Amino acid sequence: MTSLILSTATRYMLPLLLLFSVFLLLQGHHEPGGGFVGGLVAAAAFALYAFAFNVVNARQALRVDPRTLIGIGLLLAVGSGLISLFDNLPFMTGLWSSQAIPVLGKVGTPMLFDVGVYLVVVGVTLTIIFSLAESD
Amino acid sequence: MLIAVLSGFGLAVIAPWLNRIARGATGWIIALLPLGLVIYFATLIGPIVNGKVITESHAWVPTLDINLSFYVDGLSLLFALIITGVGMLIVIYGSGYLAGHPQIGRFYAYLLMFMASMLGVVLADNVITLFIFWELTSVSSFLLIGYYHEKADSRAAALQALLVTGIGGLALLAGLVLMGRVTGTWEISELLNQGEILRNHPLYWLILTLILAGAFTKSAQFPFHFWLPGAMAAPAPVSAYLHSATMVKAGIYLIARLSPALGGTEMWLYTVTGFGTVTMVLAAYIAWQETDLKRILAYSTVSALGTLMMLLGLGDHIAVEAAIVYLIVHSLYKGSLFMVVGAVDHESGTRFITELGGLRRAMPLIAIAAGLAALSMSGIPLFFGFIGKELIYEATLEAHLLSYWAYIITGAAVVANALTIVAAGLVAIKPFFGQQVETPEQPHRAPLSMWLGPMILAGLGLVFGLISSDAIKTALPLNIDDAVSAVVSGILAESAHVSLHLFPSEISIIVILSVITIAGGVGFYLLRDTLYRFIRPLNIITKWGPERWYDWILDGMMMVARLQTRVLQSGYLRYYLLIIILMTVGLAGTTLVTQSKIGLEIFRQIPNVRVYELFIYITIVAAIVVTVTTSSRLTAVAALGVVGYGMALIFTLFGAPDLAMTQFSIETLSVILLVLVLYKLPRFSVFSSTKQHLRDVIVALAGGSLMTVLILIVTALDSQSRLTPYFAENSLALARGHNVVNVILVDFRGFDTMGEITVLGIAALGVYGLLKLRLEKIHRSDEEQEAQAHQRQSTDHFLQADK
Repeated sequence: MTSLILSTATRYMLPLLLLFSVFLLLQGHHEPGGGFVGGLVAAAAFALYAFAFNVVNARQALRVDPRTLIGIGLLLAVGSGLISLFDNLPFMTGLWSSQAIPVLGKVGTPMLFDVGVYLVVVGVTLTIIFSLAESD
Repeated sequence: MLIAVLSGFGLAVIAPWLNRIARGATGWIIALLPLGLVIYFATLIGPIVNGKVITESHAWVPTLDINLSFYVDGLSLLFALIITGVGMLIVIYGSGYLAGHPQIGRFYAYLLMFMASMLGVVLADNVITLFIFWELTSVSSFLLIGYYHEKADSRAAALQALLVTGIGGLALLAGLVLMGRVTGTWEISELLNQGEILRNHPLYWLILTLILAGAFTKSAQFPFHFWLPGAMAAPAPVSAYLHSATMVKAGIYLIARLSPALGGTEMWLYTVTGFGTVTMVLAAYIAWQETDLKRILAYSTVSALGTLMMLLGLGDHIAVEAAIVYLIVHSLYKGSLFMVVGAVDHESGTRFITELGGLRRAMPLIAIAAGLAALSMSGIPLFFGFIGKELIYEATLEAHLLSYWAYIITGAAVVANALTIVAAGLVAIKPFFGQQVETPEQPHRAPLSMWLGPMILAGLGLVFGLISSDAIKTALPLNIDDAVSAVVSGILAESAHVSLHLFPSEISIIVILSVITIAGGVGFYLLRDTLYRFIRPLNIITKWGPERWYDWILDGMMMVARLQTRVLQSGYLRYYLLIIILMTVGLAGTTLVTQSKIGLEIFRQIPNVRVYELFIYITIVAAIVVTVTTSSRLTAVAALGVVGYGMALIFTLFGAPDLAMTQFSIETLSVILLVLVLYKLPRFSVFSSTKQHLRDVIVALAGGSLMTVLILIVTALDSQSRLTPYFAENSLALARGHNVVNVILVDFRGFDTMGEITVLGIAALGVYGLLKLRLEKIHRSDEEQEAQAHQRQSTDHFLQADK
């Protein structure tokens, strides 16, 4: 069941979808978007890749084991909450940079938290999809 | 003070690593910590004896009034010295006893953790802090009893001790919280002045019952005494430390500590004294019939704890003095004897008195320590134990009870003490004197680490006796009378002065009772075998004792657990869904019908539906009809996807782009997931009967209607929400984001999101585990099955596009 159209299109769709997912993640604080939906889009991109080629190739395209992404994401989320402790503020108090950074705008710990959410969602979705697709 | 309490936990963490570096010397190195603590607490003796009280407080959870606050008076200091002093000797002893054991590092860690927890219990001022340390002692006791974790009876004994003391601990917590609510303070030092309020409060009986339940379970009082003999599955140093000298006295400490607040009532007097007396006699009666040295000591410990409880129940000046002296006496001789028994077991390979004899030649130093300790235990003059026993009789005779009760308790004390002498003889004479008996291992001399501890403790029993004599007392810089007075004052919460005498000044009834006790004990010991033959038939009764109740309760609990699991966890998704929906409809629906004041006006919103909205609704309903009626799973999944997309469209139309976007992605991925799963199921067929279909339809309609009504109500009430304006106003100001939805997710309710992504991660690992472990099983099974699996793979696997 190989489809030349699908596989060719996927080659171009994957980076575009990933770019879109990062865009959703970064603009989420002010416009519609965020880590959760961004993560879903990224996961859907790799799921598409798995359909167009196969799971082995999709895993290679992802480069890291999706389970590792879950771990890194959770660590980032917890870590973003811990930063405020150094300022003697309660856990998960949002801290923001005073200067805007090009492209990103003002960065703060909630954004880091959102990146964690993004990674966890990608990891969880792909762990389940890949395991299901491989199982038999 | 804080450092003194917490240092043990710190060292516990690094103890296993230390053991890897220092090997055999670890015990001696670790013993430096308790040694340092002994010195530190010893420096406090001076000020405390002069009537000072040391307090220290650190905020912990200030919003709940929980502070790491400490309070040191005579009582706390006595316990702290016993804990650290005996602890030091036990660490050294343990290094010899468990030398070469592969997990000895863990032993040090648990023991230090226990020592720190126990210090916390006796020094804590805040009741919640006390409770936390109290529970930590139960946990470390569990770990230490189960130290030989490869043995099933070890594990069972550990669990039994944990369950009994754990249930008591919960009762204690309830009691402490009630006490805090009634008095309005969480500091023990302040509670002690509120005795009047507590004793006159209508809930006094409940508070007392709960706190006594905690103390009785911890200190192994009847009917909870059975866990202590069971705990003998632990290594000997643990028995010597936790189960004779320290932890089991936590209940005694608590009763002593709280007696100014709760004591002095009829209920207190009769409950505490009553249970104490019963425990004292019953355990002494069982002790002399045992043949296992450790169980003899265990029962005699229970008996001693009963004696202490009885004395604290009496609660007057002389009874408290007797309790303190007896407490010190007991800690010294019992700690020593447990270590002796451990050494005998270690060097000869058995601890049954029937298999032991004549060891005095092989282990002379241990025999001397045993002899000294047993003499103190028997209350022979010159030893501290003698003073303790005299005081007990004085206390029981002068008790403020109805006259004949005082005589009954005195009689009980004489019997218990005489039987204690029998137990002392069994432990100190039987194994060491008489004919040398063949033992499983060739007995040999115990190393320094193993005789040092018992010798010091047993020797102190004699030293304390001697310094109580009038001649020596005055010559010492620190008068023992003053020291004991400080402790008694601590318990009574008023200044008291006591005077100990090694030799009674006149031949009073007390001296006569002492003579009777010793004569009776010796006579009993000599006639033991004959008596045992008469008594043995009566022992059927003990088979139906509290230990059996424990088994019944535990078995019953397991049975109920199995039963309810079988009923509730059927393993069928349809039943889970059925139960969840029915419960929701039942609970929410009932509340809605009985509580809600909303009438039919909620349906008035319906007419403002626009045409294109109607179009989406029709699509959704049509898709639902297809989902329910189709006979192809793929069609059903696709139709469900249509439902989801329709909802996403509605979200878009009503101005929720975030929700819509998420819904679109979720819907796409769900379809993929469902297809992946469905592809592996067997051919679709209908198993349910029409009746079942009808049931499902009714449940589904009920659930759907409830949700519809709920949503209509929510939208009708929308204007009253206080949250929407709050988030709208503060989103940019507090969290610097324009997108309210995302700000709620990552900032305002970030903690929820953290929980959710954690759950997601765990769920993914669960799915992964289920699928991959199943795969491994297939790989491990025989070739035939593997071939079948391969076949299925090649025919079914639609994902392998490049084939």
